[in-house]
Amino acid sequence: MYGNDFAEPDDPGAGPLNAADGGAVEAAAAHVDTKAQQGLETFDAIIAADQRIEPRDAMPEEYRQTLIRQIAQHAHSEIIGMQPEGNWITRAPSLRRKAILIAKVQDEAGHGLYLYSAAETLGIDREELLDRLHTGKQKYSSIFNYPTLTWADCGAIGWLVDGAAIMNQVPLCRCSYGPYARAMIRTCKEESFHQRQGFELLWELMRGTPEQQAMAQDATNRWWWPALAMFGPRDTGEHAVTGGHTEQSMAWGIKRFSNDDLRQKFVDMTVPQAQRLGVKIPDPDLKWNAERGHYDFGEIDWDEFWRVIKGDGACNSARIERRVTSHQQGAWVREAAAAYAAKQRQRAGAGAQAGAADGEGSAA
Amino acid sequence: MTGTAYSAYVLGLADDALIYSHRLGEWLTWAPQLEEDMALANVSLDLIGQARALLTHVGSLDGTGRSEDDLAYLRDERDFRNVHLVEQRRGDFAQEMARMLWFSAYQKALYAALAGSADEQLRAIAAKAHKEVRYHHDHAAQWVVRLGDGTQESHAKMQAALTWVAPYVDELFDDSAPGVAEALAAGVGVLPSSLRAAVSADVEAVVAEATLTMPAVPKWRARGGRDGVHSEPMGYLLAEMQHLPRSVPGARW
Repeated sequence: MYGNDFAEPDDPGAGPLNAADGGAVEAAAAHVDTKAQQGLETFDAIIAADQRIEPRDAMPEEYRQTLIRQIAQHAHSEIIGMQPEGNWITRAPSLRRKAILIAKVQDEAGHGLYLYSAAETLGIDREELLDRLHTGKQKYSSIFNYPTLTWADCGAIGWLVDGAAIMNQVPLCRCSYGPYARAMIRTCKEESFHQRQGFELLWELMRGTPEQQAMAQDATNRWWWPALAMFGPRDTGEHAVTGGHTEQSMAWGIKRFSNDDLRQKFVDMTVPQAQRLGVKIPDPDLKWNAERGHYDFGEIDWDEFWRVIKGDGACNSARIERRVTSHQQGAWVREAAAAYAAKQRQRAGAGAQAGAADGEGSAA
Repeated sequence: MTGTAYSAYVLGLADDALIYSHRLGEWLTWAPQLEEDMALANVSLDLIGQARALLTHVGSLDGTGRSEDDLAYLRDERDFRNVHLVEQRRGDFAQEMARMLWFSAYQKALYAALAGSADEQLRAIAAKAHKEVRYHHDHAAQWVVRLGDGTQESHAKMQAALTWVAPYVDELFDDSAPGVAEALAAGVGVLPSSLRAAVSADVEAVVAEATLTMPAVPKWRARGGRDGVHSEPMGYLLAEMQHLPRSVPGARW
């Protein structure tokens, strides 16, 4: 009953809408690990043969710590990412949109859970990871420090932020650490749906009233550059970061492509989508470069990037404060659940003992 | 009136689901743990699904042809038929579980009884919804037991929550609500008071298992919701929910 009378956003000739649409996730899911058959036992041999490390395999401590840090940051991003979109649940403008948005925020909680579970296979528990988030020892994606000011922001987040996230995450479906790779396969499939709904939300706005079109353009203006910044610092040149983890992560098969490569792929995939939507990308330097076969685009405001990472973003303190408050408000509930479970175990134990005693009694 | 006389009855059921799904949607990111964010989102989604089906049905029954969104977003407060229970502001987790326990027990009995409705559409909606609300009831019951039989603090909070919710219970069983007589005459609806004994027994069993006690009969009891006379939180809820569609008239989203 919805949307049957406008041009389909799913034009088959228009190419994939996001990086999970091209079959890469399915290809990663088809991976069959053959390290046992190949007789690969050492960490280095498994990595060299592009097979998967599993929780019981020996691994260097730095590999374990790198993964804990990366998976935790990813999990934290999912649960902090519930806030900006959750901000619109009570104001979603149709019941269909409201249901979609609730389901999307629910999926993000689910992704957080898969990822915390993947991190737990490395010997750390969720409570400890949440504590590191709450005390600022671990970070989440800086994109969520930007506010969602209009309904169109929910569309821009789906289209651009989820689109960029998928570009980053599809290669992680082939990550050398098995539990992370498997969590990413499931996550990417759901993220692909999120990205499509964001595009479709904006599509509807761009075919709506002038107010709706202005809303969509404004959201694109505000989210475009932060979305490009999600790929992280430049690989080379004055905006590159030296001494980071990239090189080691590449060698370990955790990271597969460089930041700039992924950013370029994202721009190349997204610009034609903007044209189909009818929104203008807020970059005067954006143009097709036939020689390179890619779009050229302007420089990200790296000062802003670092400022927001370091805490000077519109929502940095509000996001963490809300997260911590929510966690504290729930403490008595979690304590009650634990106390009840302990009582139940005790009762079961007492019951078993009583049962055993009865058994002895009847035998006597 | 050109439409079916019992449409007001169905509208009451629809608005209960619509408004409670809205309040539950407010819990996302505020639940005590991630698993509970997901569970409350599920209940909210089930209720929004029930609301959409019921509202769409109302739009055809009452002869106005209004869509689910017309009914949700373009009616004024006095035209909403939900009970006060579902419109109350989000309280603490114990209050939410007390509210969900009563509401899901009521919906479970209601939808089971509507399996015999002469309205085929309503019967189909009820059959699907009954499966959903059984899960809601299990979920709420398990939490009431855990909190009641958990720590001293949770026991006190759960007991207080049962007292908090008590004044809002009677309204669910009000036979004088608009459309009820017509729905009964048409063999479509269920007499609300006929559900009371089973629902109360259901709640009392959970409360007993939770080592809690049923609160005293409250001095004041909510009334008027089915006639569109609501409590103060309702206006804020609608202002927030309806603002965007009303500010861009005629727009599609």
